[in-house]
Amino acid sequence: MALKRMLENWSRLRQRDYYKDAPYLWGLTIDLNKCIGCGACVAACYAENNVPVVGKEHCGRGHSMHWMRIERYWDEPDGKADIGQQDASDFPERGAHYIPMMCQQCNHAPCEPVCPVAATYHSPDGLNTQVYNRCIGSRYCGNNCPYKVRYFNFFNFWKDLPHPLEMQLNPDLTVRDKGIMEKCTFCVQRIRDAKDQANDEGHPEHVEDGSMQTACQQSCPTDAIVFGNLRDPKSQVSRLWEQHHVVLNRHEQDKSDDIRGYRVLEELNVEPCVMYLDRVRDVEV
Amino acid sequence: MEHQDTMKDVAWAKINADVLRSLEKPRRIFWIVLAVCALLVLSGVVAEIYQYREGMGVALMNRPHYWQLYISNFVFWIGMSHSGTLLSAILLLTKADWRKPIYRFAEAMTLFSILTAAIYPIIHLGRVWNLYWILPYPDARTIWPNFRSPLLWDAAAITAYATSSALFLYIGMIPDLAICRDNAKGWRKKLYTALSMGWMGRAREWMAFRKTYILMACFLVPLAVSVHSIVASDFAMSIMPDWHITSFPLYFVAGALYSGCAAIITLFVMLRHIFKFEAYMTTEILDKTAKLTFAIAMAWNYLNLSEYASIWYSNDMYEKEVLLAKFFGPYAVIVWTMLLCATVAPFAMVFKKVRHSMWSMFILSLVLQLGMWLERFQIVSPPLASNHEPWTWAVVWPGAVQLIITLASFGWFTMLFLIFCKIFPSVSMYEVKEMVFHRRKASSRARLEDLSAIKEEVARAEEGLQ
Repeated sequence: MALKRMLENWSRLRQRDYYKDAPYLWGLTIDLNKCIGCGACVAACYAENNVPVVGKEHCGRGHSMHWMRIERYWDEPDGKADIGQQDASDFPERGAHYIPMMCQQCNHAPCEPVCPVAATYHSPDGLNTQVYNRCIGSRYCGNNCPYKVRYFNFFNFWKDLPHPLEMQLNPDLTVRDKGIMEKCTFCVQRIRDAKDQANDEGHPEHVEDGSMQTACQQSCPTDAIVFGNLRDPKSQVSRLWEQHHVVLNRHEQDKSDDIRGYRVLEELNVEPCVMYLDRVRDVEV
Repeated sequence: MEHQDTMKDVAWAKINADVLRSLEKPRRIFWIVLAVCALLVLSGVVAEIYQYREGMGVALMNRPHYWQLYISNFVFWIGMSHSGTLLSAILLLTKADWRKPIYRFAEAMTLFSILTAAIYPIIHLGRVWNLYWILPYPDARTIWPNFRSPLLWDAAAITAYATSSALFLYIGMIPDLAICRDNAKGWRKKLYTALSMGWMGRAREWMAFRKTYILMACFLVPLAVSVHSIVASDFAMSIMPDWHITSFPLYFVAGALYSGCAAIITLFVMLRHIFKFEAYMTTEILDKTAKLTFAIAMAWNYLNLSEYASIWYSNDMYEKEVLLAKFFGPYAVIVWTMLLCATVAPFAMVFKKVRHSMWSMFILSLVLQLGMWLERFQIVSPPLASNHEPWTWAVVWPGAVQLIITLASFGWFTMLFLIFCKIFPSVSMYEVKEMVFHRRKASSRARLEDLSAIKEEVARAEEGLQ
């Protein structure tokens, strides 16, 4: 019986665009022109998703858990990007690039096929879902993620919470134990909420655009982050994607000069659901 | 030293006596080595308990280094396990009879290194207690493991390989166990009686035995190749630069045979010295093993260099970055030492003097193994250190917990091997007898041929006189 079900599931999953008729495909747009690198999104993500604050020592060892991070890249004086530069005494004139980086919810996610227990899978909403209870911590997904946005609970970090602080944990989602992988979920608990609400209001397959915000989007002071349903042509995020000629499942994207839209590591064909808008700068400075 | 094989002069009873003597009261050095190994294993257990209680972080892995020594050790030990199959099965099928005195301990090595390797994926897991979820057992909630994951293939391959190599070792040992049974007393008698399954050495038994053994060998060869190909696909199936390489399965199998052969030489010299097996483990056999190792080393080198070349000419920026980082980056010491040990050092085996000296081969085999161990480390770590996402680039060296567990695995392997040597005959008695028999036959035939040649010569001389 189980075998029959398995074979059925497989033959269905092998079809291309199996989920294409699903009402939702959640996507994100981040405008790097607007991003000031303040880190409010990071703090909001920590608060919303019960992400453990690991402290300076663990952070130094590379055990930090920030589901959302601000990557900072410096420019070299001659205009070439230099990623290795860490020396703060050597600030180039034109300052830093900031890229907020979180799980890109790839449509062809490299993390999914490698999990031995299928703890990570693709939901019909286009989310790359991590099932904490199922995870056994083989960490293969973390290795195979080109963005390195999967975070492993190297310790029982929740045990370090001093007494009153456990009261501020978000009751809408779990606190994770040691030995499992976690990552950005596009605030799936909020998505659930919005869907339930839409159900109650009598339009089950349609979450109003803007009725639900991710924590990072909500806290961004410059509105650099836009979240929404890519299947809804009227949503803000869909319009942005269309405006910047970024199309899902197309090998060759439009790369004309005046187009700012791109997805990080597009050439790997992992089809991420997060579009970035390139920063425009005066090159003559 | 005499290069000609002297085995044809060994008497049947002496073979039995020599091998059975190796099972008798161990010398003091045996107990010392065993105690050291047990201590190593114990420290590994303590380290593992500590890691189990605190979390994987104590091993000093981090993001992006989610995999480190545990995985490279796993690959190393799995590789080691290929030697036994090579010597037993492949050389059996190709009828290379010089394998006979040395294949038994090579097979034992196979089994024990696979038992060592099997520990690593377990202690590597973040939640060890849910290990069984990898197995496709009938679950009430009809949840299956993910059959697309190479880790699942690993689990299947390892269990299959461990089972069949244990069976192969056992089946090949039955006639010898019967010899042991006939000479043993006390608990050993009971053990050997049970294990030899009433072997009497009848012709019918031998026929069935031969058939089974050949069949097992035919089964084991493709299995061994598939096992290491599957281990290679842990890396090759990923999209990481420098892991996603098509030639990896072949490269891994060659590397496995390479390090396995080196390990055989190490144990060959040690057993020969400890158990005084000079009459069986001859220089000629060492010479042939060395030649085999050299051939495999060259195959491995070819694959290694072609991997570099294909990355270089592909001009893929990510892969090139990793390749350059390997040679000139933070792990450069590892890579250059690896190349020195595994690429340059085997050329010493070109010289006959090196191949024929126990000491030089012993040291050389250790050097080769060090090279191959480093090779596994440089497969796992440097690509993680310079991955697709430059912001996460970080160099991490394995922490104390990982190193202790690594040492413990060497102790564990040696401990199992030592115990095996004292309970089971580490040299196959019946196959050595067979070999001696064939040599004797060959030499008497040669003597006859000599005689006829002399006759002919005399006849020709007589003709000349007339």
